Amino acid sequence: MSETPDGAWTALDRRTVAMTAVLHTGVAAGAGGPVVLGLAAYRPIGSALAWVLSVVVLLVGSGVLHDAVRCRRTRYRIGPVMVELRAGVLVRSVRSVALEQVRSVDITAGPLLRAFGLVVVRIGTGQRCGVGETTLELRSVTRAEGDRLHEVLLDRIRSAGGWPPGAADGRLAGCDPRWVRYAPLSCRTPLLGGAAAGAVWGGVEWFGMPGSLLDRARALLAGLPVAGTVAMLVTAALVVGAAGSLLAFTEKWWNFRLDREPGATLRVRRGLLAARSISLEERTLRGVELVEPWGLRWAGAARVDAVGAGLVTRSDEIDVHHTLLPAAPRALADRVAAVVLGEAVPPTVSVRLAPHPPAARARRLRRGLAAALLPVLGCLASGLVLVAAVLAAVAVPVALAVALDMYRNLGHGISGRYLVTRSGSARRSTVVLRRDGVIGWTVTQSVFQRRAGLITITATTAAGAGAFSAPDVGESAGLRFAEESVPELFGPFLERDRVPALPGRNGEPARAG
Amino acid sequence: MSAKGTGNTPTVWLRPPRHPLDARAPAWWRAHCLLGAGIPVVVLVVLALLLAPARGALLGAAALLAGIGVATAMVLPPWWYRLHRWEVTATAVYVRSGWLRHEWRVAPMSRIQTVDTTSGLLQNAFGLVTVVVTTASAKGALTIAGLDREVAADLTRRLTDASVRSGVDPT
Repeated sequence: MSETPDGAWTALDRRTVAMTAVLHTGVAAGAGGPVVLGLAAYRPIGSALAWVLSVVVLLVGSGVLHDAVRCRRTRYRIGPVMVELRAGVLVRSVRSVALEQVRSVDITAGPLLRAFGLVVVRIGTGQRCGVGETTLELRSVTRAEGDRLHEVLLDRIRSAGGWPPGAADGRLAGCDPRWVRYAPLSCRTPLLGGAAAGAVWGGVEWFGMPGSLLDRARALLAGLPVAGTVAMLVTAALVVGAAGSLLAFTEKWWNFRLDREPGATLRVRRGLLAARSISLEERTLRGVELVEPWGLRWAGAARVDAVGAGLVTRSDEIDVHHTLLPAAPRALADRVAAVVLGEAVPPTVSVRLAPHPPAARARRLRRGLAAALLPVLGCLASGLVLVAAVLAAVAVPVALAVALDMYRNLGHGISGRYLVTRSGSARRSTVVLRRDGVIGWTVTQSVFQRRAGLITITATTAAGAGAFSAPDVGESAGLRFAEESVPELFGPFLERDRVPALPGRNGEPARAG
Repeated sequence: MSAKGTGNTPTVWLRPPRHPLDARAPAWWRAHCLLGAGIPVVVLVVLALLLAPARGALLGAAALLAGIGVATAMVLPPWWYRLHRWEVTATAVYVRSGWLRHEWRVAPMSRIQTVDTTSGLLQNAFGLVTVVVTTASAKGALTIAGLDREVAADLTRRLTDASVRSGVDPT
């Protein structure tokens, strides 16, 4: 397969059909088994088996036939300037993508694919024409062919676009088994625990065996006071959640490697069951995002996501972030951010983040109080005075602490070629954005912000979520920040006077007429 | 380097864009408000004629709705007309919109990808169109709703010319 001359139409690997057959048979067996058992209650097992088996054979057969035809009729070709894909079972289609528009080459292999020595190759562009990005999917080719495609594509792209070679080729980061200790600190842990508890509860009810297990558990818990019961349940959920997130982390980040390959391409490889390889052109990188949820901040760790053009977040994928580095010590995260951006000093460290005006703190405190007091008032209205008191005693301090933390985390600044904004509490995010990657500004001001003299300033980019905000910044400070970062955008539309800002109020209303 | 926001730094604000929307825009909004309230009012009145027992309540609701519709149609469009403005310079498109939540948007000429002109049924009756300027960003579209057809066509030509001439990769 790897001897294919360039420019010729190539077919997918035939083993794809065999893999599809195995996959469909497995699914059918999983679904058919219970059906046979269910039918066996009403009719002889032989006839039930015959019925189900014939349906299964029909379904699996038609599925495999469809895949065989699809596989036979799919051809791809990598020319000097474009990738072409001929596909379609009933409706034939030819799709072509110019090589210089290719933004990512993504190689995936699930456990079944790997058993067959196959991989799925996705060639993605960053173009979004309202409908969605164009991705050419080759399902599936041999591993050797996948590697060859990866190499040839990047090679061709390089000669078509002519990018400069990378500054520091080689391994940027590798997995350290000790990072697994950060896994249970993610915000997934309580969610997983809750989900597990719900599943157990549902399962117990479904199978109708509350007699033995549930009663014993209830008897055990009945001996404890209410607080003890709650503490025990919460602890159990957290332990289960922690175990779950450990497993998830291991599966996802097993054998993680971040490399800079020749030709200024970043490549992330990872995964235990589903091995993934994602390549990003550095040319399309617009910045990085440092993500620090509560637990990670407490442990001094951070995650690094890429902010790049063409890194479209696909909703059908579980992993929507283009993570360059999983939760790792903060110093390493800063260093990876610096190396990826090609800077000597990480902008996340060198930047001096300006705090936002006190009015932003007041807004957060008010919102936090409202969110905490609403359920309390609800309890009071329904006459649960004791519950309301407990709720108020717990929720109000927590809400105020979160509000203060949110305010403390607000910040914006400029460091060299980058602008940096930070916000969030439960998920603190520090976005480092290349100033020349900003392709527009949006300023919004709600009624409440207008009274407090605040604005929300948003940089739009072709990358990632498309917009990165500095919420609740002072009017003058925010506009000056926008002007300093990208002078040619808001610059011509700004007016200024030399009158010192009034003490206590941060500037004039942004609306002048 | 970073902006401080306190002390004797100069106060900065965004000046409004130069051009208002077409003078017919308030009439279009007014018609929109009146229709939006008018259709439910007609339904309520018809129901009131058919359902004798609930006639009082239905007519009351219709009157209230009609009152709200007329009041918004009188008061809000002139205000919106003052807020919604646009401007195109040699380098950028600048739009102010919003109502309770003001919004100022700017996009550089060189990053414009497409310029669309659309027009709703009612809008068309007033001879007005909406111009949507999109950039490579998923969140960067600028909308100017309520321009004269000729002005919009002229604007579209200017914007597409400029974005072609710049020849910069729009991402």
